[in-house]
Amino acid sequence: MNETAWIFSLVGLSFALYIGIAIWSRAGSTGEFYVAGGNVPPVANGLATAADWMSAASFISMAGLISFMGRDGTVYLMGWTGGYVLLALLLAPYLRKFGKYTVPDFVGDRYYSNVARVVAVVCAIFISFTYVAGQMRGVGIVFSRFLDVDINTGVVIGMGVVFFYAVLGGMKGITYTQVAQYCVLIFAYMVPAFFISFMMTDMPIPQLGFGSELADGSGLSVLQKLDSLSTELGFDPYTDGQKSTLDVFFITAALMVGTAGLPHVLVRFYTVPKVADARSSAGWALLFIALLYTTAPAISAFARTNILNTVADMPYEEAPSWFSNWESIGLIKFDDKNGDGIVQYRGPHATDFKNELEIDKDIIVLANPEIAQLPAWVIGLIAAGGLAAALSTAAGLLLVISSSVAHDLLKKTFKPSITEKQELLTARIAAGIAIVIAGYFGINPPGFVAQVVAFAFGLAAASFFPVMVLGIFWKRMNKYGAISGMITGIGFTAAYIIFFKFVSPELNSAEHWLLGISPEGIGTLGMLINIVVSVVITLVTPKPPEEIQQFVESIRVPVGAGEAHELSA
Amino acid sequence: MDQSSRQLYWRKNLQYLAFLLAFWFIVSFGCGILFVDYLDQFKIGGFGLGFWFAQQGAIYFFVLQIIIYVVLMNRLDRQFGVEDKGADQ
Repeated sequence: MNETAWIFSLVGLSFALYIGIAIWSRAGSTGEFYVAGGNVPPVANGLATAADWMSAASFISMAGLISFMGRDGTVYLMGWTGGYVLLALLLAPYLRKFGKYTVPDFVGDRYYSNVARVVAVVCAIFISFTYVAGQMRGVGIVFSRFLDVDINTGVVIGMGVVFFYAVLGGMKGITYTQVAQYCVLIFAYMVPAFFISFMMTDMPIPQLGFGSELADGSGLSVLQKLDSLSTELGFDPYTDGQKSTLDVFFITAALMVGTAGLPHVLVRFYTVPKVADARSSAGWALLFIALLYTTAPAISAFARTNILNTVADMPYEEAPSWFSNWESIGLIKFDDKNGDGIVQYRGPHATDFKNELEIDKDIIVLANPEIAQLPAWVIGLIAAGGLAAALSTAAGLLLVISSSVAHDLLKKTFKPSITEKQELLTARIAAGIAIVIAGYFGINPPGFVAQVVAFAFGLAAASFFPVMVLGIFWKRMNKYGAISGMITGIGFTAAYIIFFKFVSPELNSAEHWLLGISPEGIGTLGMLINIVVSVVITLVTPKPPEEIQQFVESIRVPVGAGEAHELSA
Repeated sequence: MDQSSRQLYWRKNLQYLAFLLAFWFIVSFGCGILFVDYLDQFKIGGFGLGFWFAQQGAIYFFVLQIIIYVVLMNRLDRQFGVEDKGADQ
C-alpha cells in the first residue's frame, strides 16, 4: 500500500471505532450525559482524562515548539504535567465528594449564590471556546496535509464525527471514545519516536536515547551534537535558556495552575465511583500523560538534529519530497536571497549567510516520520493520532459548554421547572450549536495551536483555581470574595493578553511587559490578584452561613460520597 | 465521626499536603528553573542535571508524588475509618 492508502485506511478505521463506541454507549439520563453515570473505573478515567487533556497542542505543536525553544521548552513540559499534582492533592478528591455535575455547580453551591454560578459559567464557556479554537486548527492542518482535502471539508468531517458521539453519548460516549483515542494517539506518538531514537542512537527508548551517544561514530551525545550544530549555524545553544528566569517561572506556574482550573479536566473527577478513585485516577492520568510528555523533548532534539543536518546547506534541487510536500501548503518557506540555489538555514547570530528558510513549528511532529524516512504506515498513524488528540479534547470541551448552558444556566438558574427529558434535549441542542461555532473557528483559525491554548490556561488559572482551592481549604471564604476575585482575575488576565496580542502586538516584547512577564505567564499574576482580592473582600464582609461551613466540613471527609451521589441511572 | 477526630484527620491531611507540595516545588521550580544553571555542571548520562530535571526528571517526580499521596491518604482514611466504600456497600 502506498502512503495515501495507509492514511485513508488508518484514519477511516479509527473513525469507525469511535462511531461504534458512540452507538454502544448512548446516554439515557442527564447523569449519564454529564458524568457518565458516575461509575467510570479509575484506570479508564485516567485514560480518558489523558486523551481529554492532551490536545492537538500536545500532540502536534509541543515537540515542535520545544525543538525551536531548546531548554525554554520546559515551560510546556513541566507546566502541562505539574498541574496534575495540584489537581490530585487540592481538588479532585473534594470535588468527587461534592459529587455533582459541573464546575459552576460547585462554585454556585459553595458560594450559595447564583451570581457566582453565572460568573463561573461565563468563565467556563469563555475558556472552553478559546481552547476549542486551537483544536480546530489542528484538525484542519492534519486534513489538509494528509488527506489532501480542503481544510473546510476536513473540519466539517471532523465536526460530524464529534457531533455524532458527543451529542448521542454525552460524557458516557466521550469517556469511552477517549479511552480508544488515548490508545490511538499514544501508539501513533511512540512508534516513530522508537524508530528515530533507535536509528540515531542505537537505543530504542527515546527517554534514554535523548541522553545517549549518537550512532554516527562521532562519539558525541545527542545534546552535544545539537549544541555544536546550533552554534555553528548561528542559533543559540540548545541546552541554554533564552527567556528570563522570572518569565519561565511565571509561564510554568500559569500552565500548572491553569491545568488544575480547566473545567473539562475537573469534571472528569465527578465520573468515578469513589473519593479514593478520584485520587488514583489523577495519578493514572498523569502516568499516561507522562509517557507522551517525556517522549516529546526527545523527539524535539532528534528532529532538530535531523533538520539541521539535512537542510542547513542543501541544494534546493536535491530537496527531499517531504520538503516540497510541506512547502506546497506553506508550512515551509524558502526564499533564495543570494540566488545560489542552496538552502541556507541560519540563526540570528550567523555571520556567513542570511537565513533563507522558515519552518513552521507545527510540522515537526507531523513531518518527523518523513524526515526520518520511516515506512508509509507510520505516516498514516501520525495522521490518525493527530486527529484523535484534537477530537478527544474538542469533545470534552463541547460537553463543558453544553452542560454549562443546559444544567447551570437553564436548570439551576433560569428555569428550574424543566423536566429531566427537556434538560437532556437542551444539553444535546447546546452541544450541537457549540460544534457549529467550533467549526467556524476551524475554518477561520486563530494563530498557533499551542499559543491559543496557552491563553486558555492563563484564564483558567486566574479565575477558577483560587475560588475552588480557597472554597475547600478556607471555611471563612464567602461569596463576595469569590465573585470579586473571579471577575478581577479573569478581567485582568484577559485584558493583558488581548492588549499585547490583538490591540498592540507591536509592543509585545520584554521591555513593555509588566514586571517582564509575558502574556503567556500573566495568568499567574492574575491568580495572585484573584487571591488577594478574594481574601480582602471576604474579610470585610459577613461570614458565610452555618450550613455552608458544614458543607465545607463534609467535603473534607471522604466517607459517604458513594451514597451521596444523586444520580438517576 | 466526632469533631476532634475530624480535626485530627484534616490536620494530618494538611501535613501531607505541605510536605508533598514542598517536594513538588523543589523538583520543578527549584531544580528545573531557579537552580538549573547551577545543576547543569553535574552530568547524568548525556544530560546536564538541570536540563534533565527541566525536561525529564520533574515529570517522573510528579508521578511519584501522586503515588505517595494516594498511598498516604488511603492509609489515613482507613486509620480514621472514613474511607468511602462507594454506592454498593
